[in-house]
Amino acid sequence: MESPGEVNKTAHRPLPLWVTILAFMVLLGFLIFIGVGLQRAQAGPITIGKKVPNFDLTTFDGETIRLENLLGKVVVINFWASWCDPCAQEAEIIEQVWREYEPGGEVVFLGIGYTDIEPKALAYLEQYDITYPNGPDLGTKISQMFRIRGVPETYFIDREGKLAYFHYGQFVSPSQIQDVIDPLLEK
Amino acid sequence: MKQQTRNHFIFIVILIALFWGLVPAVHAQTPFPSDNEVNQIASKLYCPVCENIPLDVCGTTACAQWRELIRQKLAEGWTEEQINDYFVQQYGERVLAVPPRRGFNWLFYVLPPVIFLVGLGIVIRMLRKNRKSAPAVIPLAEPENDPYIQKMEETLRQHGE
Repeated sequence: MESPGEVNKTAHRPLPLWVTILAFMVLLGFLIFIGVGLQRAQAGPITIGKKVPNFDLTTFDGETIRLENLLGKVVVINFWASWCDPCAQEAEIIEQVWREYEPGGEVVFLGIGYTDIEPKALAYLEQYDITYPNGPDLGTKISQMFRIRGVPETYFIDREGKLAYFHYGQFVSPSQIQDVIDPLLEK
Repeated sequence: MKQQTRNHFIFIVILIALFWGLVPAVHAQTPFPSDNEVNQIASKLYCPVCENIPLDVCGTTACAQWRELIRQKLAEGWTEEQINDYFVQQYGERVLAVPPRRGFNWLFYVLPPVIFLVGLGIVIRMLRKNRKSAPAVIPLAEPENDPYIQKMEETLRQHGE
């Protein structure tokens, strides 16, 4: 019989082993999930000197251009949108530079329409008489790969397929583009 | 006076006739699809350009174009599901307000209730444990059986006499 003041103590029963293992697995999975997400969020854009991952661009004409097939050429990738005023302001400049380099066959220009709707994009291309290959960024996969901040943005890839230079915002003169391409051609 | 009443009557007839004529015109002007129908779909989509702002309230040109595209697709007879699929194909899954229930996305749906249930289980378990381990209340002895109380009462009685 218990005397006054005595405390009734119950024995501590540990959790079953499978519950503990399951709890740890759930926690571990959650941490991996968070970690991968953070790593992707902080990955940043493709850095200069690093090889640009391959991608396919299906143009508005239905042609598929594979980046890895352009090795040996200087590639200029311009992200634009028909709703973007700075893009419209630089459109003629980029087209002008393209026409200068096109006969040489050593430089390829690619235009990528970002979050655009096709009729507007096609009207934009027609309005500025753009002749280099252009296509939509289907699923915004290419822009996510480059982790673009907005439009316009332009990336220059050297003959080895490595990112050589990038430019945020619009170009205001053809020489700005030529000054990047010419040294890459000499390499 | 009679003339005035007649004029009023004619005026009212003309007014009714005009109103009658306007009603079909108003019906004819109701656009299809309506803004509400467009916004109902747009509210569940997000433009990557303007993060965290649903398409129905986003004020940029890009969003206005997308809303116009929704209107166009609705007019062509597309369903909401078809429109959502089109947007996902064109702009990626990140345009959806609610991630589709497949693959890795299941974590978003499964994890919160699982964590809630596990937490609830832990709380219930702790509460039960605390209740069990709380000091048991042991009833005090009855006054007539308690020798200490009896002795005290006896002492008090003696002093009282």
